Amino acid sequence: MPQAQKPKLAVWKFASCDGCQLSLLDCEDELLAVAGAMEIAHFLEASRAVVKGPYDLSLVEGSITTPHDAERIHKVRRASKFLLTIGACATAGGIQALRNFKDVKELAKIVYPTPEYIETLNKSTPIADHVFVDFELRGCPINKAQLVEALCAFLNGRKLHAPTYSVCLECKRRGNVCVMVAQGAPCLGPVTQTGCGAICPSYNRPCYGCFGPKETPNTASLSQWWGRHGMPEDQVVRQFRGFNAYAEAFRRESEAHEK
Amino acid sequence: MKSRTIKVDNLARVEGEGALRIRIEKDKVADVKFVIFEPPRFFEALLRGRHYSEGPDITARICGICPIAYMMSAAHALEDALGIQVGGPLRALRRLIYCGEWIESHALHIYLLHAPDFLGYEDAIQMAKDHPAAVQRGLELKKIGNEIVTLLGGREIHPINPCVGGFYKTPSKKELRPLAERLKWGREAALETVRFAAQLPFPDFERDYEFVALRHPGEYPFNEGRLVSNKGLDIAVSEFDDHFAEEHAAHSTSLRAEHKGHGAYHVGPLARYNLNFDRLSALAQEAARAAAPAPQCRNPFQSIIVRSVETVWACDEALRIIEQYEPPDQPAVEIQPRAGTGHGCTEAPRGILYHRYTLDERGLIANAKIVPPTSQNQKIIEEDLRHFLPDRLHLPIDKLTWQCEQAIRNYDPCISCSCHFLRLHIDRE
Repeated sequence: MPQAQKPKLAVWKFASCDGCQLSLLDCEDELLAVAGAMEIAHFLEASRAVVKGPYDLSLVEGSITTPHDAERIHKVRRASKFLLTIGACATAGGIQALRNFKDVKELAKIVYPTPEYIETLNKSTPIADHVFVDFELRGCPINKAQLVEALCAFLNGRKLHAPTYSVCLECKRRGNVCVMVAQGAPCLGPVTQTGCGAICPSYNRPCYGCFGPKETPNTASLSQWWGRHGMPEDQVVRQFRGFNAYAEAFRRESEAHEK
Repeated sequence: MKSRTIKVDNLARVEGEGALRIRIEKDKVADVKFVIFEPPRFFEALLRGRHYSEGPDITARICGICPIAYMMSAAHALEDALGIQVGGPLRALRRLIYCGEWIESHALHIYLLHAPDFLGYEDAIQMAKDHPAAVQRGLELKKIGNEIVTLLGGREIHPINPCVGGFYKTPSKKELRPLAERLKWGREAALETVRFAAQLPFPDFERDYEFVALRHPGEYPFNEGRLVSNKGLDIAVSEFDDHFAEEHAAHSTSLRAEHKGHGAYHVGPLARYNLNFDRLSALAQEAARAAAPAPQCRNPFQSIIVRSVETVWACDEALRIIEQYEPPDQPAVEIQPRAGTGHGCTEAPRGILYHRYTLDERGLIANAKIVPPTSQNQKIIEEDLRHFLPDRLHLPIDKLTWQCEQAIRNYDPCISCSCHFLRLHIDRE
């Protein structure tokens, strides 16, 4: 029997910092094994060799912010059998989605002396707003272990899985003292999806929500508690306007506190 | 053959999105454009109205490859605005985490991004089939750098622990100890890397650059020092705006910097090495002398050797810090918000990264300016290509294109930083 062909892997970048695709190169112990199990067919950060599609698995990093990218994502989708978005930019619009609450023309004037040269959309939007996404990995950045697990699941025909409960559960399991209860620190852990390893509270700081909203988050209750601790409204707005500012639950909560 | 175009639509093995377009007319290079078309993300504008304490976390997201550089430049600039100074063990820990980022970023560039060009491979995975030991060494070295960043920062990409004033949590002596064992292996691997890099084939190509880097009275530079050049520049970081200007070219979403009245300048490993050779550790100096032109090196292709030398130094420095470390009483200096303007400049793996912030009396950011290393090197990259191409125009187009790409990768351009991916078009008709 002829040897089965290796599945083709492609990595695509939209508006982002490159950190999530770097996570693949940061799998120092697994990288060569991944390259043995899959054909790295399109991964520009790592290789100038480009193999034509279709691709069995596409990892998509970044958000859609330009008319050109809004077209390009459809080409990527058409060339991909399974599309996995990686990171907060791809799943929620990223930090650059802070523009969605402002006038982008004004922003361009602040940064660029000749804003007419800049072609950009008014909003930074997640990939799922444009095309069907098969699975998403959250995080700013994604967790390497979750990425390796997703690749293993894909290669072995298992269903991809990532837990959707809150950071608090993981934080308790690590045996941390709650930073909100003990220090009154404004922690987003109760409403944020797990996956990071609860690292912020483990380092004595409140969670800043880089994995985005957990399933059924009670953001209103959390803001109320912060209010009782004396947090001014403008700070409540900033708390929810981080790396997942445009994720539905966080967006609604921040808007509710804006005058 | 009258004129032709060399085009690279999507430059590979760089961080971010860029392209190269070269037009050749009558066998002369008519135009070189290193095009950055990374989508604009408007960081400086988005920072307005944010609290100073959010500065390092938000600006880290400009670049997933060198988040520590962003966190350090932001922290130092904001501390300058707030009128505080971070010294003692906290300062040493900042240098240690920066050593981690240099080791990680340099190992990535040397082995995974740059070496394949010299050895004729499309990528490190193909290279690994013929040079397994070298690629494994590179990955292990990279991992050691990441282990330092992870221990001190919480994770390797977008660390959560560094902050304005210091850290949220500082490690115990015992926690640092396992790193020392790893770093001793790392230092040997880095010395082997210098030998590996030295035997690569280098084109005969040198230019009289203006090198700009930080210079510190006693140390190889990371976070502090004066900005100096080999052409007489010697200024405080706060004078950056008086001496450097950014222009906005129509083909780019990145701003390009130049030294006012002098033109293009060169930042990064080669600049640091030429201006600070005497500040390298004895071991790094010895390794350098055996491998590269020392104490001066003006061949940008040999930057791969210089990165290796800096990796030796970073391992040495990290070991020194760990040996002398005594935990501080407080993880961070206490801060009272106040209005003011502050400047910070630190040595990212790719070169100087300048930040300036103005704060209001509540500690909210009123104004921010960020000048990343790649936007400073953009002009030099184009100039290098103009000088590099004329002797090579007889080459077949695919070979010529690859050599142009390699010349760009000499700078380890981080396009996400300068906002931004690379396409090469060589126009010949």
